Amino acid sequence: MSAADSTLLRPRLLGRATVNTVVALSVLYTLLPVLWLVLAAGKNRDALFSSSLISLHDFSFVQNLSDLFAMDDGQYGRWYLNSLVYAVVGAAVGALVSVACGYAFDKYRFRHKEKLFGLVLAAVMVPQTVLALPLYLMASAAGLVNTFWSVFVPVLFNPFGVYLGRVFSQGYVPDEVLEAARIDGAGELTTYARVALRMLGPGLVTVFLFQLTTIWNNFFLPMVMLSDQDLYPVSLGLYAWNSSASVSPEYYPVVIMGSLLAVLPLILAFVLLQRFWRSGLTAGAVK
Amino acid sequence: MSVTAPDPAPALAPPSAAPARAGRTRTAARRRRLAACGALMTPFFALLVTVFLIPVGTAVYLSFFSADEPGLGFGPERTVFVGLRGYLAVLTDPTFLGGLATVALYCLVYIPAMVAGALALALLLDSGVVRLRAWAQLGLFLPHAVPGIIAALIWLYLYTPGISPVIELFARADITIDFLGLHTVIPSIVNIALWSNLGYNMVIFYAALQAVPREVLEASVVDGAGPVRTALQVKTPLIRASIVMVAMFTLIWALQLFTEPVLLSQSSPMINSRFSPSMYIYDAAFTRNNYGLAAAASVILLLCTIALSYAVTRWTSRADAPEEPR
Repeated sequence: MSAADSTLLRPRLLGRATVNTVVALSVLYTLLPVLWLVLAAGKNRDALFSSSLISLHDFSFVQNLSDLFAMDDGQYGRWYLNSLVYAVVGAAVGALVSVACGYAFDKYRFRHKEKLFGLVLAAVMVPQTVLALPLYLMASAAGLVNTFWSVFVPVLFNPFGVYLGRVFSQGYVPDEVLEAARIDGAGELTTYARVALRMLGPGLVTVFLFQLTTIWNNFFLPMVMLSDQDLYPVSLGLYAWNSSASVSPEYYPVVIMGSLLAVLPLILAFVLLQRFWRSGLTAGAVK
Repeated sequence: MSVTAPDPAPALAPPSAAPARAGRTRTAARRRRLAACGALMTPFFALLVTVFLIPVGTAVYLSFFSADEPGLGFGPERTVFVGLRGYLAVLTDPTFLGGLATVALYCLVYIPAMVAGALALALLLDSGVVRLRAWAQLGLFLPHAVPGIIAALIWLYLYTPGISPVIELFARADITIDFLGLHTVIPSIVNIALWSNLGYNMVIFYAALQAVPREVLEASVVDGAGPVRTALQVKTPLIRASIVMVAMFTLIWALQLFTEPVLLSQSSPMINSRFSPSMYIYDAAFTRNNYGLAAAASVILLLCTIALSYAVTRWTSRADAPEEPR
């Protein structure tokens, strides 16, 4: 913002204080529950139910951490690994598939293209819960229920990623570059892999990040598909442990510690890939 | 699939080539391009068919049958065609209608609160008077990195007497509050969803506000509009596209309400196993093994989603109309 309009638009002092107070309160609203999670993760079971949060003399962070990985023969470590595989591999493959399709929608022309694109956009609207039962029946007919694939394959489908891929392709890959590659005699797919994909990098990372979040959050589909606890992602595992906690309260501290650890990968991904997803949000919203 | 004849437009043969040869090269180039286009699209459309089109078709198909055996339900000797009776059964089931009413109430509270809250915060952050703006944005965005089930877990504990410091604080002021009671359970769920998504939507609005041309804002100041009027009557209409998009996605997600109530139902008697339509579908399919009923409920939920999304776009484009000539 230029100096001229910042003086023009400057509200009075009272307004400024009010604005800052409202924003500060909102930030407290979003941060305090996370802070509670961090503090509560350091409490043992008795302290969780009795003492005040700030007192540090019942501090048992390390104890809780080792309890977490020891509970039920180290199930949590396995769930965590499952989630990482579902989310990281799934998001990587899914992003490549969606962006390739979005790129093709942008750069090639064929009949009924916009109708087909409309179908892709319509798929964004369909609730997961509507697809779950038929997917379960299909997986069960194929003998895939309660396997890795029953959860892994459906999450690859990301129609919004195709939309973003098309927007990014319009923005980042100039048609002239493709023309030049064609004149040089490069094959279409070679051009895509060697030239376009590199230009689409930031868009690819954005789609990857969005999908990573979605898959890491995924709860309904694993709940429908999986009965073998060894295949659970963290979300479903913590849900199962929380169900047990009302009967056996020794689960409370491990559920809280487990939740804290499950939050870390996404925070890490968002911080590391910050400059990419910001541009992705803008592309999705403004264009 | 779906890649049919191309438009004749793109012709890339060198202009010096003889016409016949040019024609042949052009056809060959076109064919190569279509093949490439097909190769790039095939993986996605294979997914679209297997995890989207066939399941939607299956749901519609199943909804016309009463199949009480587990399995695909295609076995002709056991499935009975019941026509629309499945839909009748769902629509006359008070627990399903109750679920629809719950979600309707939830949407009525949640969507306006979300859109207004995120928009207000984005406008405040865009006003240029907020200190530590980048930090404030980061703090507001943080809950988006918290998975839905864990957000629900955190808040469940914050709603649980004995663990929750919130309830303790209220108790010190002699206020007893039951966050999971009859009248508080929906606001409690709204709060979880609001907490999770407020910052994310704020960032979308903020990004859109950054794209508003500064001349427009200067013009409004010259016309004598104060900062509040500028925000509400100049900036807000200019980012209408983003507002519609956020409202739409919020609506689609809100209609699927499942994770939060399922988790809270472990601790609250106010939430039964058919609290929302999605929970009804899960209950019908996997607890009662009544696939026909679950499929009919799924199709109804799908139709509601499509109708409401359509209504949102229609309603907003009509609201646009009088302001169009600008």
